[in-house]
Amino acid sequence: MTKEELKNNITELLPSTTFDETGEFLNVIIASDELLPFMKTLRSKSEFDFDYLFCLTCIDLNNHLMMVYHLISKTHNHCIVIKAKITDTIKPEIESVNSIWKTAELNEDEVYDLFGVKFLNHPNLRRLFLEEDWEGYPLRKNYVDENMIKL
Amino acid sequence: MEERSVKMDIKKREEKGGLSFPGQLQETPDGGFLVTKLDEAINWARSNSLWPLIFGTSCCAIEMMSAAGAKYDWSRFGFEVARASPRQADLLIVSGTIVMKMAPVLKRLYDQMPDPKYVIAMGACTISGGPFFYNSYSVVKGVDHIIPVDVYIPGCPPRPEALLHAMITMQEKIKHEAYFRKTK
Repeated sequence: MTKEELKNNITELLPSTTFDETGEFLNVIIASDELLPFMKTLRSKSEFDFDYLFCLTCIDLNNHLMMVYHLISKTHNHCIVIKAKITDTIKPEIESVNSIWKTAELNEDEVYDLFGVKFLNHPNLRRLFLEEDWEGYPLRKNYVDENMIKL
Repeated sequence: MEERSVKMDIKKREEKGGLSFPGQLQETPDGGFLVTKLDEAINWARSNSLWPLIFGTSCCAIEMMSAAGAKYDWSRFGFEVARASPRQADLLIVSGTIVMKMAPVLKRLYDQMPDPKYVIAMGACTISGGPFFYNSYSVVKGVDHIIPVDVYIPGCPPRPEALLHAMITMQEKIKHEAYFRKTK
């Protein structure tokens, strides 16, 4: 499917979405509570068939967090980027996509470790790189570390 | 540049007696006996059979592997047996970035090595944190915060020649140790 076709099909599926076509991929911006059913459709519907999650990360935009999912379909050879906005920065929460793509499990552990996003229904959410007793989330903009030497 | 080359190191070594045993052989009709100083004999043995611990945490480790490989071949200088266990090693080459999470592991490895033990800090990361000195929440700013270091090698990463130079410098250092003349 081309970018335009993807866009039309997704608008049919979820009329409230906004799009951003500045990058290489088609960016679909949705609200965080719509994520799981939307992702399930993208995975199961045969015309989408996004069978591989090749990147999962998060962006801190000061007043909100943005989860970013890069999806690819190996059968149709098309890519898409799903961005889910999390407005609560104090206690950020989002559904885990681990039940759809198993690879998300460790990626979500990493995002939890560095951004503090809590993934609901995740089988084993834990600190992946940092120690268990680490305070704060280092990739958040408001992270303070007194020992850090600023340039 | 010339001063730093391995060829020069080897030449210097040979001028100072090289690998030959530090002592004199006194010939007698039915054999002979050897006169030496205990310190010198011990240092000769120690410096020429340093067993490095395999401990690589990043790109410097690649250069270290290269130094151990056929082209640079550190076994020419007596570093033949790289050990995977700290119990059998006496030289710790810290080759790579040490993060806060790795620091206790490194300390434990150092503590597990039997005396006498020596440490080479290889590369910018182990000297000062290197490229991770500023704005880093996880990197230890110099491995000498954790363990004592004998020889430092600058570079990012240093070439195998630099590592060989450091190891030969390490041997020189060991040769000047005074175990029995140590003042307390």
